[in-house]
Amino acid sequence: MIEFGLTREPIDTEQWRRRMFDLTCGGYAAFEGWVRDHNEGQEVLRLEYEVYETLALSEGNKILAEAIERFGVTGAACVHRHGELRLGDVAVWVGVSAAHRDEAFKACRYVIDEVKIRLPIWKKEHYVAGDSGWVNCERCAAHGHAHETDRPRQPETAGV
Amino acid sequence: MKKIHVRYFALFRDQVGRDEETIETEASDPAGLYAELQARHDLGLGADRLKVAVNDEFTSWDRSLSDGDRIVFIPPVAGG
Repeated sequence: MIEFGLTREPIDTEQWRRRMFDLTCGGYAAFEGWVRDHNEGQEVLRLEYEVYETLALSEGNKILAEAIERFGVTGAACVHRHGELRLGDVAVWVGVSAAHRDEAFKACRYVIDEVKIRLPIWKKEHYVAGDSGWVNCERCAAHGHAHETDRPRQPETAGV
Repeated sequence: MKKIHVRYFALFRDQVGRDEETIETEASDPAGLYAELQARHDLGLGADRLKVAVNDEFTSWDRSLSDGDRIVFIPPVAGG
């Protein structure tokens, strides 16, 4: 199975998981990205994701095909939600099935990392303080490209 | 002069105040067109922060533009 999806509806992770079952596979690794209540010192109230659908779908499918080719996994799937999201909602789900666990973990990690840097999807955070901002955009626009916050963020803190 | 269809997303949609427009331009490539739009709409992001897509595919800043092309300037993304 290889499938990339975009949806405005809540992601049914159990349904996606069931579709990964394959008798040739010894396991499955998954990642869920959740909407969290803070980012860079600000309390977050809710989120809005905007997507350039045509390009996100083609690029998303490309990432999944790369994961299968690079790591030799059997199945790879991903779905990203857009529109208005609330705290705790699943924003993105990745699932990978494989004969053995090692490649499943690696391919799953590859997919979410590439999704975050390559898909034309934008996130607007609405803060408890009343303001809002497009993540990764506003500060660089205000302070120019030499600013410290423009450096690539570490995966451990990039979160949803 | 050629007509180019521009779509705006996220920060750019907010800054421009609309989600698309058709531009008549002499610009030969996306870099030239972005410079025009940046001046016209006072866009804060430099081209070095962006990617560009023409007709729904990522492309280079110096590819030639043709009449009727659809272009999207892609501000820094934040999926996941």
